[in-house]
Amino acid sequence: MDDSAVSAERVRSGDARAAARLISMIEREDPSRLAVLKALHAYGGKAHVVGITGPPGAGKSTLTDKLVGDLRGRGRRVAVIAVDPSSPFTGGAILGDRIRMQRHATDDGVYIRSLATRGHLGGLSRAAGEAVRVLDAAGYDDVIIETVGVGQSEVDIVRIADTVVLVSVPGLGDDIQAIKAGVMEIGDVFCVNKADKDGAERVVREIRAMLETAVLNGAATRFTPLFEARSALRGADGSAPAATPNPGSTEQGAFHHIAAQAPGHPNLEIPPVVTTVAETGEGIARLVDEIKAHEAALAATGFLRSRREANLAWELGRGAAQRVLSELERDESREALTELARSVLDRDIDYYDALDALEDAMTRTRRAVTTA
Amino acid sequence: MERTIRVLVAKPGLDGHDRGAKVIARALRDAGMEVIYTGLRQTPEQIVSAAVQEDVDVVAMSILSGAHNHLFPRVTELLKEKGVDDMLVIGGGVIPDDDIPGLKAAGIAAVFTPGSPTGDIIEFIKKNLKRKA
Repeated sequence: MDDSAVSAERVRSGDARAAARLISMIEREDPSRLAVLKALHAYGGKAHVVGITGPPGAGKSTLTDKLVGDLRGRGRRVAVIAVDPSSPFTGGAILGDRIRMQRHATDDGVYIRSLATRGHLGGLSRAAGEAVRVLDAAGYDDVIIETVGVGQSEVDIVRIADTVVLVSVPGLGDDIQAIKAGVMEIGDVFCVNKADKDGAERVVREIRAMLETAVLNGAATRFTPLFEARSALRGADGSAPAATPNPGSTEQGAFHHIAAQAPGHPNLEIPPVVTTVAETGEGIARLVDEIKAHEAALAATGFLRSRREANLAWELGRGAAQRVLSELERDESREALTELARSVLDRDIDYYDALDALEDAMTRTRRAVTTA
Repeated sequence: MERTIRVLVAKPGLDGHDRGAKVIARALRDAGMEVIYTGLRQTPEQIVSAAVQEDVDVVAMSILSGAHNHLFPRVTELLKEKGVDDMLVIGGGVIPDDDIPGLKAAGIAAVFTPGSPTGDIIEFIKKNLKRKA
């Protein structure tokens, strides 16, 4: 198949080859991808984008495999983007997440794509955002993104996913790991996998304690704005939260179900902490219930929209910055930069005047381009 | 931007181990390629479907069990059925010399038997890609 044969129609019709090729074009930043992406734009915004993140060896791939199975059982079409690191030295990569998911390979309702980070830090590849938009427009109901094994600062996933599942496992370290800033703050749903191993109970307790403390301290977390939006909504119509948790069946049920109550603080709401044994499938249905309850709560509060707004604003900013960087990498720009550097070194102008001059020059160039 | 070569490394059939395939996967990675590894006991249908979804340039298969005359051509056949004509398909493993011409006729571009230097495989891939970089 020639790249020029890739069209929005083919992607929309569920042609896996066309979607796959388009994602490759995105990966190498091929300008001819843009026409297709633009044509697909109108169809996007429907998929529930779920991020699966956590440290290496937490069982993210096995968990993703089981989530796909469960969601298929609920009649949903599912796409997976699995990211693994590229070697910083050779650029090569072994993308092995798929090994655990191959049973879905021949299911037409499942699309799985492995991406290498290709030098991008943050736990995803640069193509991930556009790839999600392709699979969303292609009509997959759920798009699951499995990040690389993260440490304490790879948090790109929060900019792409509607719902982030943070996966932990027993045996990773002492409880100080749980209170460090970084990845622990980004979960909407928390999952303790390999729950049949020693120490799982303790990990659950530590995560709950961390979440409770964050709420009590009024810390800004990913989940707090949703909880606030929800209580505002409750206050508006004066209704109390539903008494019985009933996942997903009504808005109230979904509301109530999304957050676990903190033991010792009956009115304190924290995100759910679900235990799973992905290998056997134990706890998977509950995890999917919580993921879907989170989506329902996002939708009911209007927070889905505001989260996507914030994410898109951030992404647009990054996109604009990328354009500026590309412009600065052109030969003419390099010459201008060298000129300015000389003037600064000769003490003719100062560093900040040089920056201003540069900004003026770039604005003028852009005007010239747009009016030409 | 330079095109990164993507390779699907797969083990069709019922082989009990995949040490050789992992050595190849590692060598290709060290040569700067992206290797999608699918693991043991894959059906030709699974291999072809994964190759399409991953949009690979190369499908590299290894068989030790003796089922190569059936499974390798089945993969090229399925690719043809799906209209895929731009993937390079290569094979390796314990394969008698007498079987190689038949496999080549069935669309397996090269067959690498035990003892093949990994450098030869890398060079072959780079020279014979059907999609041009």
